[in-house]
Amino acid sequence: MATRDVKLLGTWSCPYVNRVQLALKLKSIEYEFIEDNPYNRSEILVKNNPVLKKIPVLIHGNKPVCESLIIVQYIDDAWPIGPSLLPSDAYDRALARFWAAYTDDKWYPLIKMLRQAEGKEEKEAIIAKLAEGLILLEDAFVICGKGKDYFGGENIGYIDIVLGSSLAWLRVTEIVVGVQLLDQTRTPGLAKWAERVISNDVFKDVLPETKKLLELHEKIQAFIKSST
Amino acid sequence: MAEELKLFRTWSSPFSLRIVQALKIKGLEYDTVLEDLSNKSDSLLKYNPIHKKVPILVHNGKPICESLVILEYIDETWKQNPLLPQDPYEKAMARFWAKFGEEKVLVSIWSAFTSQGKEQEEALATTANNLKFIEEQLKGKKFFGGEIIGYLDLAFGWMANLVSIFEEISNLKLVDAELLPLLSTWMDNFSNDPVIKELWPPRDRMVEKFKAMREPYLNKVIV
Repeated sequence: MATRDVKLLGTWSCPYVNRVQLALKLKSIEYEFIEDNPYNRSEILVKNNPVLKKIPVLIHGNKPVCESLIIVQYIDDAWPIGPSLLPSDAYDRALARFWAAYTDDKWYPLIKMLRQAEGKEEKEAIIAKLAEGLILLEDAFVICGKGKDYFGGENIGYIDIVLGSSLAWLRVTEIVVGVQLLDQTRTPGLAKWAERVISNDVFKDVLPETKKLLELHEKIQAFIKSST
Repeated sequence: MAEELKLFRTWSSPFSLRIVQALKIKGLEYDTVLEDLSNKSDSLLKYNPIHKKVPILVHNGKPICESLVILEYIDETWKQNPLLPQDPYEKAMARFWAKFGEEKVLVSIWSAFTSQGKEQEEALATTANNLKFIEEQLKGKKFFGGEIIGYLDLAFGWMANLVSIFEEISNLKLVDAELLPLLSTWMDNFSNDPVIKELWPPRDRMVEKFKAMREPYLNKVIV
């Protein structure tokens, strides 16, 4: 498939964009990455995602696909050759979709909320919710992974992509707030899984480095302070 | 092995109704467990410990939760009368609009229904904008699925039932037939489709229920 046939609008630091990059990489799909500044949306973004005006947007042969979970599933459907991202069994697929929705709707938003929280009580409440969520995800890992290395089993799959893409900002949040969220003792399976994921070549290539994200976080904080 | 199919739902939940409709389209037999959400059964809590909500579809003892996930599971497990398009791009579009329906349309309509004054005006404006996008999706089509009802019709089905109920209770115009002719026609076609028609919950009970749900919002003091 020609590179110019597949374009991804996004930014290096956005985990929703990283998910799509992971999916494309796992499928060995060549594409053009078009960096889009989230603070100054481009015309190409607004033209291809007029409804939500958000990244990521995958443009495949001029047809745009929006929303990261939908894009990852689209990539799996449109490129059936190569490793499957979603499980082959319908029930396992339903579980994968359930946990992806849980991650996005209930768990991941807590990470940014924690960084933005003011006051000890607020932070502790969010940390408690995150910890509860991680215990649920630990159970999910046991059920979906079936004793193997990844949620997808032997190979990286949908939940590995969805949850794995959150690890970069999770790490930054741990540093910024001064708390260990992912813990060997409370969620041993998940902690080992996270280590495996961040040392995996595909993830290493796509996920932003902690140092760079920290710098970005500091820039954003400074910007917020200067405009209030 | 005989298939065991059980649906946990309430009499009124529009999300549960999607599953009832899908199972009928697929011609599947199943048992219904009617739940009272103020007194959730042990089974509900066992099958959906995380969200503790309906609908839950239990297939041969294995629970599936979240209505849109359940719809896809049903479609992938029973191939007759397909709900989702085969084409990957069309499938992605159906999923996108279903998500938009949940996260934007439903939210703005509920907000318009339960708010007052300036907040309500804003919610109505947002609703109008959101619905313009949905109207576009119906161009040249009888249903979102084309000639026959599909996944996206089931995802938006709540509109065909609840919009007129909300309009009756609140005296608001949520879907103006002049501004949104395709959507209005779709709502009629969907409501009256022979497969769907018999499945709507009793309207008078629904009006009573939503009137009661709206009460606490009305009693909020507007500062």
